[in-house]
Amino acid sequence: MAKTVMDLAKGPKYVLPGTAACPGCGAQIALKWVLKALEGRTIFVIPACCTSVIQGPYPKSAFKFPVFNMAFAAAAATASGMARGLKILGRTGITVVAWAGDGGTYDIGIQALSGAAERNEDILYICYDNEAYMNTGIQRSGATPPGAWTKTTPAGKAEMKKNMALIVAAHGVPYVATASIGYPADFLKKIEKALSMRGFRYIQVFAPCPTGWNFPVDKTVEVAKLGVDTYVWPLFEVERGRLRITMRPKRRPLKEYIKLQKRFRHLTDEQIEELERAFLARWEALEKLEKQGTIFV
Amino acid sequence: MIQREESRGRWDIITGNHAVAHAARLARVKVVPAYPITPQTTIVEYIADFIARGEMDAEYIRVESEHSAMAAAIGAAAVGARTFTATASQGLLLMHEVLHWAVGARLPIGMAIVNRAVGPPWSIHVDHQDAISQRDTGWMITFVSSNQEALDSVLMMYKVAEDDRVLLPFMVCLDGFVLSHTFQPVHIPDQEDVDAFLPEYKPKHWVMDPDNPVTLGNLVMPDQDYMEMRWSIHEAMIKAKSVIKEVSAEFKDRFGRFHGDLVWEYRTDDADVIVVATGTLASETEEAVDVLRDKGESVGLLKIRSYRPFPIEDVVRIADGRKLLVVVDRSISFGQGGPLATDVRSALFTAGVDTPVVGFVTGLGGRDITYEDIAKMVAIAREKVRAREVRPVEWYKLKG
Repeated sequence: MAKTVMDLAKGPKYVLPGTAACPGCGAQIALKWVLKALEGRTIFVIPACCTSVIQGPYPKSAFKFPVFNMAFAAAAATASGMARGLKILGRTGITVVAWAGDGGTYDIGIQALSGAAERNEDILYICYDNEAYMNTGIQRSGATPPGAWTKTTPAGKAEMKKNMALIVAAHGVPYVATASIGYPADFLKKIEKALSMRGFRYIQVFAPCPTGWNFPVDKTVEVAKLGVDTYVWPLFEVERGRLRITMRPKRRPLKEYIKLQKRFRHLTDEQIEELERAFLARWEALEKLEKQGTIFV
Repeated sequence: MIQREESRGRWDIITGNHAVAHAARLARVKVVPAYPITPQTTIVEYIADFIARGEMDAEYIRVESEHSAMAAAIGAAAVGARTFTATASQGLLLMHEVLHWAVGARLPIGMAIVNRAVGPPWSIHVDHQDAISQRDTGWMITFVSSNQEALDSVLMMYKVAEDDRVLLPFMVCLDGFVLSHTFQPVHIPDQEDVDAFLPEYKPKHWVMDPDNPVTLGNLVMPDQDYMEMRWSIHEAMIKAKSVIKEVSAEFKDRFGRFHGDLVWEYRTDDADVIVVATGTLASETEEAVDVLRDKGESVGLLKIRSYRPFPIEDVVRIADGRKLLVVVDRSISFGQGGPLATDVRSALFTAGVDTPVVGFVTGLGGRDITYEDIAKMVAIAREKVRAREVRPVEWYKLKG
């Protein structure tokens, strides 16, 4: 039987108290769930990202699992080397996880990620997406949504977010999923499914950032739910080339999501409506892909 | 090279790149991330063939860049696998960031560099700028002068790199085309003999393991151990000097071959003039030494095998009391001069040895330098000293 959220709340802890995460950090919530599902049988490769800091400074660590911190562009390649090393040394039962932020995934790490996906390396790549370079102090990335304020887009980002999960899925890898910490049951199901498979698996989890998005620290989960409910962050999976939307919430107005976050406070009603149309168009495109059956081979 | 007696194994006539691939096979490396670049490519092709034919049991990762090649090597070494890759020129430069990472993580990764010029303009020919530009990464850097030395050095340097006193990665550098694509007789030792010399890699320090979780590389504050970690890397480099000597001596005992250890000396005993060179310019110099000696000139060769760690003590010992040192660099530190000449001058000045040093930069981008050119550089250097016109750098064989 699949684990429930309540099951996971029990059991040993792998992310210990005393991390250096900001209050209300969405990435840390995601990390706790992932480690619970992995039951600690893992090696993590962490490129430059918030988790480089969250783990806590030398000589201590708040993480009770092996961590290899790595250069920014190199997560997927390093994880590839580890998985192959474990294989030839006959060390089984260990899942190598590349745990990267959106900058290390959508931007500087995309080449190594693409290479590892194309080779179908036996790794689990998890991108926790907080939609900007947060560890360096809020600069836009390829994952930053249109309209969002960052320190390098003071008037709001002009471009759309990359369709990253579909880009990875287009490599024809065994499993790709999006998830949100606002919907842990769906997230856990996807981690469990990924762990039941071999080859290259990719999960992209929505991890709201109170520091960078400028919302109250007790609203992280609410923002994470609203992202899904307003169709900003659709929950879907692509399993062996077939896309399935895993949650179809009754759509709520984008404004409910936007008004919680001061990164969008400069947007006019017209701009918000324009954004809403853009996200809705992406949702509709996903629905079309879902109906097509096998979209990637 | 000293070849004492026939040891077990077989002779073949092969290229430098083929010799390097044999070395990786004989070292029983477990993981080979591979990316092609001229003139390195045939190394990873030969290794692919060895694996396909079942002559080598290794994971071969066809990565999408050199940056990923080194990152994958780091990952494999971090779980305890002996790891090998090879590159050249731009590929080595692309790796630069993660070369530092391999050292900081103290992973004894092995790599062959087939030395090639750096663009632009594009040039695929021999030049040491690629390897010299990695001087300060903390990789041990060995330059070789023959295909046999390339094979033997890879085996020896694994033993040095994995030694508890060292734990640093190494690169063995062979000159593009001059060695990489040139056939020479090479003795390929027996697997059994290599196994006895180089046992399986079993790291005594950390490996990435869920049963004994460690975190490598998390944030360090200025009052914590960052500086001490850098000091320990430097200490390991210093210790590597004696380990290289030990391992070279053991290799000589077991296999009957000796290419020198940190340095190789040729007819230096009574020489007034010592030419300092690396790679195939050193083998050209051996020829030049013979020719000049036949003419009655008292000249010898000091070949720098180990560029890092730098053999300060050997250089001082050999330079002391001579009339002239002629240093030949195949790379340039723009705005300063020849990197090797700079290191030699630094070593002599620190030790209070006042032998004049004339440093030449030459042979860049594969410009052919023969024993006759070496002899001419010796003559020019003599004249510079006589006329008291020694400058930081002399360019040799520039077109007029």
